[in-house]
Amino acid sequence: MGDHIELDVPARPEYLALVRSTVTQIALTGSKLPDPRIEDLRLAITEACANAMDAERRKPEAERCPIVIRCDLEADHLAVEVHDEGGGFDPDSLTPHPEVTKPDRLMFERGLGIPLMRELTDKLEFRAEGGGTTVRLVIGAHLRA
Amino acid sequence: MDLDLTVREQDGWSILSVAGEIDIATAPSLREKLHALLADGHTNIVVDLDEVTFLDSTALGVLVGVLKRARTEGGEVRLVCNQPRVRKVFEITRLDTAFDVSSTVDEAVTSAARE
Repeated sequence: MGDHIELDVPARPEYLALVRSTVTQIALTGSKLPDPRIEDLRLAITEACANAMDAERRKPEAERCPIVIRCDLEADHLAVEVHDEGGGFDPDSLTPHPEVTKPDRLMFERGLGIPLMRELTDKLEFRAEGGGTTVRLVIGAHLRA
Repeated sequence: MDLDLTVREQDGWSILSVAGEIDIATAPSLREKLHALLADGHTNIVVDLDEVTFLDSTALGVLVGVLKRARTEGGEVRLVCNQPRVRKVFEITRLDTAFDVSSTVDEAVTSAARE
């Protein structure tokens, strides 16, 4: 078993840069991820936390919970889970975007986060947990083509 | 962390230089600045991302929205970006084919002027 580090962060956008920086430092300190994979992690964790914060911020302010970030550092990969209590959603229900070459692609200003996470990670899972969603993303130490 | 946003004019184009990290915390200020330019009739805009050290899907959404609105009003939005980590985000989402991405502001403005 590798190291496990857990963070509870208020669901407020101003904390997102702190989360991004902290998780990056955790990966630099405790994993063997090469720089390009650290960059993939930096963006993927931002997308996951932004979605979790959005889910929490749909609730009345008094009912909002912190988002929870769990990092598991293993020899050849880093797994990060981001949990919110924001009610859950079905990632498969998202409307696929038209090809970027089509004019109506510009009608879609949102919904790029999950496709980005899929491209950046080696494994991406969503599961219902508690009163919300847990996103698990895994990034390996190998360089990708 | 705030974004540093500065605007200047060059050859009839509004050049918005952005410095910092763009995410859900800072994207609203970028959106506000771009929408203010459009509202003032500046529909030809170059967004210089050379000093942007991080950019996520929220930023892409802002840029896509402004591109759509500028084109509706007969204008155009072009990007300047040499940072590999930022360019990669456009490449992954294939939005590098929706935007004209140049290496310098001069190139972006010249490229635009040729059309």
